[in-house]
Amino acid sequence: MVPVTDYVALSAILFTIGALGVLIRRNPLIIFMSIELMLNAANLAFVAFTRVYNVLAGQIFVFFVMTVAAAEVAVGLALIVTIFRTKHSIDIDEMNNLKG
Amino acid sequence: MNAELVTFFVLAIIAIAAALGMLFSRSAVYSALFLVLNLGTVAVFYIILNAPFIAMAQISVYAGAIMVLFLFVIMLLGTELLPPSKALPWQRPLAIFLAVILLGESIYLLFIRKAATGDIPQPVQTFGTPQAVGQALFTSYLLPFEITSVLLLIAMVGAIVLAVREKGK
Repeated sequence: MVPVTDYVALSAILFTIGALGVLIRRNPLIIFMSIELMLNAANLAFVAFTRVYNVLAGQIFVFFVMTVAAAEVAVGLALIVTIFRTKHSIDIDEMNNLKG
Repeated sequence: MNAELVTFFVLAIIAIAAALGMLFSRSAVYSALFLVLNLGTVAVFYIILNAPFIAMAQISVYAGAIMVLFLFVIMLLGTELLPPSKALPWQRPLAIFLAVILLGESIYLLFIRKAATGDIPQPVQTFGTPQAVGQALFTSYLLPFEITSVLLLIAMVGAIVLAVREKGK
């Protein structure tokens, strides 16, 4: 059997790549995808630990994370479409209307 | 090196390569397709970890619904045609520095905390079957399950309100 450390290490690497994507990319769609990647990495750790401790609660939690991610994507993409309609650009640097 | 370990490492390399491909590809469509590949490999990990229900939900919800929504929005906006804005010179080095710190911290914690390490035990026969997951979902976790249905309704109404153009404007 593969030790659980490997799964958690993989999850940590995927989470870091997601965090890096949020920091360096400037297209909000890619930033959104990176957030999905981070949620996915957390889910992988949940499922690995579920298997180790033999309790189902982790898998149930992953199910809820997926539901919340789906809701988040629906609203977030609608927001991006609306921002594009008003500003004709979705560059993250141009969303500075709240700046004093 | 047994077969399972080889499978794990091959899949892990595919997952990491797909994640990096998502991060560094120029086109947002390629990014989305790389992310689909990553989600698919993680679904295979779920099957290896005795979570077939979660694996199927991952493929149908993430790779199916969410990523198709992403692809539609990418093609609808057509932002690939817009000229790229000027990058901040210090953004990329600082981001990579912070990411290295984050990775170092998590790996350090993983190897310092020995409690979570060790081999995975053999599960009971019915562990993680769709039947067991459904049983838990509709008995112990019934209230959160019902709340998610309200959450999805709110998301649906919110998306429609945000995206619909009012007549005459």
